[in-house]
Amino acid sequence: MLLEIKDLHAGIEGKEILKGLNLKVNKGEVHAIMGPNGSGKSTLSKVLAGHPSYEVISGEVVYEGKNLLELEPDERARDGVFLAFQYPVEVPGVSNSQFLRLAYNEKMKHLGEEELDPLEFNDYLKEKAKIVEMSPEFFKRSVNEGFSGGEKKRNEILQMAVLEPKLAILDETDSGLDIDALRIVAEGVNKLRSAENGIILVTHYQRLLNYIEPDYVHVLAGGKIVKEGGKELALELEEKGYDWVRAATK
Amino acid sequence: MTQGLEKETIYSSSFQEVLARTADEDARRLRAAAFKYFTENGFPTPRDEEWKYTNSAAISDFGFRISDFGAGDDGSEFLSGFDYRRNGFTALHLAFAGVRVVRIPKDTSLAEPLEFTFKADEDGAIFPHLIVVAERGSKATIVETYESAGTSFTNAGVQIFVEDDASLTHYRVQKESAESYHVGTTEVTLKRGSFYNATNINLGGKLARHDVHLKFTAEGGEAYVDGLYMLSGDQHSDTHSEIDHRVPNCTSHQNYKGVLNDRSRGVFNGKVFVRENAHGTDAQQSNKNLLLSNDARVDTKPQLEIFNDDVKCAHGATVGQLEDEELFYLLSRGLNGALARNLLTYGFAEEIVNKIEIESIKKELDEAVLNRLHTSLEA
Repeated sequence: MLLEIKDLHAGIEGKEILKGLNLKVNKGEVHAIMGPNGSGKSTLSKVLAGHPSYEVISGEVVYEGKNLLELEPDERARDGVFLAFQYPVEVPGVSNSQFLRLAYNEKMKHLGEEELDPLEFNDYLKEKAKIVEMSPEFFKRSVNEGFSGGEKKRNEILQMAVLEPKLAILDETDSGLDIDALRIVAEGVNKLRSAENGIILVTHYQRLLNYIEPDYVHVLAGGKIVKEGGKELALELEEKGYDWVRAATK
Repeated sequence: MTQGLEKETIYSSSFQEVLARTADEDARRLRAAAFKYFTENGFPTPRDEEWKYTNSAAISDFGFRISDFGAGDDGSEFLSGFDYRRNGFTALHLAFAGVRVVRIPKDTSLAEPLEFTFKADEDGAIFPHLIVVAERGSKATIVETYESAGTSFTNAGVQIFVEDDASLTHYRVQKESAESYHVGTTEVTLKRGSFYNATNINLGGKLARHDVHLKFTAEGGEAYVDGLYMLSGDQHSDTHSEIDHRVPNCTSHQNYKGVLNDRSRGVFNGKVFVRENAHGTDAQQSNKNLLLSNDARVDTKPQLEIFNDDVKCAHGATVGQLEDEELFYLLSRGLNGALARNLLTYGFAEEIVNKIEIESIKKELDEAVLNRLHTSLEA
C-alpha cells in the first residue's frame, strides 16, 4: 500500500471541508478524484502536501507505512510526495534550472545518493524536458515568471519528471489548458506513469481522463467519497452531471 | 550649536592644505565658499526634513584623518554647477573634492567599461569627485566602486552629463566595510534623446547615504535609476532620489529594492517632479522591501509632485515578508525551510543584480548576496 487515507476530517480557518474521507492508492495505480466546486478536492491536495493553512481535525494518512501528517512539507517531498499545483507560483529571480537542481539534490542528499553539478544536471534536465516538449530556453528563465498558463502546467510536469515522485497529486492540472497543451501535459503524465508510482488526478471535468486513463474514479461531494468505480464512472458522470451524484447520495 | 562647528578645527587646518594645492582662482573661490557654508551650517541633523531618519552625529563626532587632499584645478567649470548647498556633507565634499574628469568622445562606443574604485583606509576620510561627460552620440559603461578598510569616511560626489543621443550605463557598487561611514551624491543631467541606465548597489557601511539627483534638460530623455540595499547587523542605509522632469516627453523608471535583516534600517525617499510644461512625461517608481527580521525597519516615502495633466505616473511602495504561498511551493519541492527562504530572498534581490551586464561584477554580487544569506547555490 502506497497511501491510505482513513476517515480524514480536515479544513481551513475553522471550517471543516473534508468530512470522513477514505482512499487507498497502490503503486502502479492512477486514481481520479472528481467532484464539483467546493467538494473538497483542493483541500485534499493541500492536506496531502502539508500546506500550513490547512488543519487536520481527525483521521489518519499513512504513506509507505509512515504517518504522513507528522512530516513537514519538505520532508514529504523528499520522501517522494509531489503536488502539481493548480496555480503554480512564480518565483522571480530564481532560474528554473537553479531551482530544479536544488530540489533534485536535496532529494538525492536525503536518499544518500550522488548529487549532480550544474553541467551534469543540465544534461539530465534536457532529457526530462523532452517529456513535456519544453525547450531548454525555459531553463534559464525565472520559475514560472511570465509563463503562459499552459507553460506553467508543463513546468509542473517537468518538475514531476525531474523529482520522480512515488506519489504524485495533480491538482486540476487540466484547468486553463487549451487542447494542445492538454495533450502535451497528459502525454507527459502517461510517460511518467509506472509500476513504481501512484498518481492521484484531481479534476472537475472528465476531459483530462480521455487522455490519462484512470484505474479508479472516486466522486467527492460534501467532503466525502460518495461513489467509486472504474473509468466508465467518469463518462457516466459527464453525461448525468454532479446533481445525479448529489441526488443519489441523499 | 551645529555639529559642524565642533569639528571645525580638524577640517580647518586640512582645508588650508587643500587651498594651497589649488592654483586655479575659480576653484579656490569655489572651495572656500563651500567650506564657509560647511562651517556655518555644520552637518545635517534629524531636525532637517531631508535627514529625518538618518542621524549623522556619529560621523561628525569621529576624528577622521583626511587621507586624500583633493587635487588641483580639474573640472572647475563643472564643479561650479554642483549644488554644494544641499547640506553640510555636500559642502564639505566640494571643499575637499579630489576631482577626476572623464570624457567619452563624440560618437564613440567604448567596448570595455570604465572602472573607478575608491578605497578609504582605516580611520581615513576621502572626498572623491568624478565627472563623466558622455559626449554626443557616445555609448559607454562606467563602474564606480567604493571599498574601505575598517572605520572610514567616504564623502563622494559624481556629476554625469549625458549629451544629445548619448547612452550611458552606470553601475555604482558600495561595498565598504560594515564599520564605515559613506555619504555620496550623484548628479545627472540628461540632454536631448539621451539614455541613462543606473544600478546602485548598497551592501556596505554602518551608515550609508546616497542621494541621486537627475534632471531632464531636453526632450526625449530616458532614465532608469534602480537600486538594491541589502543590510544586516546594525547597518543603516538611506537613499534619497530626485527625478526632475523639466521638459516634455521624457521617461523615468525607478525600481529600488531592500532586503533587511537583523536590526538594520533602510530609508527610501523618492521624489519625482513633473513641471508645468513637461507634458508627455512617463514616470514610474517602485520601492519594495523585504524584512527578514522583526527588528529590521524601513521607512519608505514616495513623493510625486505633478504640475501637468498630460502625464503617466505610477508609484508604489511595499514592505513585507516572504510570501507564504511562494515558501510553500519551494517546500513542496523538497527544499528545507532555510534554503527555501534564502532562495526567495536571493530571487527578490536578483531582479536588480540581474540588470548588470558585466559578468564578473554580476557574479561577485550574486556571491555577495548569497553570502549575506549564508547560502550557496553550488550545493
